Amino acid sequence: MAMSVIWTGMVAVSVVYGLWAGNGPAVAAAAMEGAAAAVELCITMAGVTCLWMGVMEVMKRAGLAGKLSRLLRPLLGLLYPDCKGDKETMDDISANVSANLLGLGNAATPLGIRAARRLAGKSSGVASDSLCMLVVCNTASIQLIPTTVAAVRLAAGCKTPFDILPAVWLASGVSVCVGVLAAKIMARVWRKRK
Amino acid sequence: MMELIFQMVVPLTIAAVALYAMGKRVDVYDALTQGAGEGLGVMVKIIPAMVGLLTAVYMLRASGVLEALGTLLAPLLTKMGVPPETVGLLLVRPVSGNAALGVGTELIQTYGPDSTVGRTAAVMLGSTETTFYTIAVYFGSAGVKKTRYAVPAALCADVAAFLAAAWAVRVVFG
Repeated sequence: MAMSVIWTGMVAVSVVYGLWAGNGPAVAAAAMEGAAAAVELCITMAGVTCLWMGVMEVMKRAGLAGKLSRLLRPLLGLLYPDCKGDKETMDDISANVSANLLGLGNAATPLGIRAARRLAGKSSGVASDSLCMLVVCNTASIQLIPTTVAAVRLAAGCKTPFDILPAVWLASGVSVCVGVLAAKIMARVWRKRK
Repeated sequence: MMELIFQMVVPLTIAAVALYAMGKRVDVYDALTQGAGEGLGVMVKIIPAMVGLLTAVYMLRASGVLEALGTLLAPLLTKMGVPPETVGLLLVRPVSGNAALGVGTELIQTYGPDSTVGRTAAVMLGSTETTFYTIAVYFGSAGVKKTRYAVPAALCADVAAFLAAAWAVRVVFG
């Protein structure tokens, strides 16, 4: 429901404000452009997504995914208590976390999707606590080395593009902690409301 | 040198995985193509969610409401220690990665990469994700309709990231 409210709100606000501010024609054109851009984006992403899902399958069969997951289990067990016993899902979540840390956003998304599909398979159409946690953790960036931003700073004439790393880690750390805490607290509240 | 290392992360990862798997006598190519095949199905499932999201995002950007909101929010941000120049970045960040990178790059170039505004913008970009895109992709591919508290919790993390970015720049650079 949340997405329905947000989506309807976004569209309605765009139309009303666009008309009021004299940007009506621009809004009309943007609606068509947006829909076309979405399909283009998916097609552009498809190659990389397929590649990384393929690499993940190789990692799984070679036992690499399992090793990674054993390494991260102490931490991930706390975040995803419902899937502690589910080895396959934990493997996918671990791979997703590792790719995020390495800044391989293109790889992290397909790996996370694998985990999300497995989590959703257990509860039809309703997001479980673990799936919400997975999404929140992926919306809060946990990248160790933000290469894109560093490249932008370098291009702008910065001599030490990586001197922001400690600040990025601090901000990311705060954001992930707040996200996880919010998810854990809201999980309780949502259960009570039922 | 650093740049080359970052560029090589992806090919090195793929090569290392393939070599390790060969050592374990895995049919690497068969595994790769099977996984890639699954990937294609996933992408098809994401398209509807992306069409919905991007249509709304493009409309919102074209309407000019984000700029208006920015002007409205600027005084509040100043009070919370966030440079008001970053307000545009803050509003665009959760909905569009490309637009956010554009706005951030402009800030970094205009104010200089070593200015407080430039640094704050860089840290904001580095410590957040395109929240709504992520939500659309994950729930879209999983076929989940009831997202429960995922959206509000994710937005909490975003707000925290923006406030923390301004704070972290002050702490680290004094």
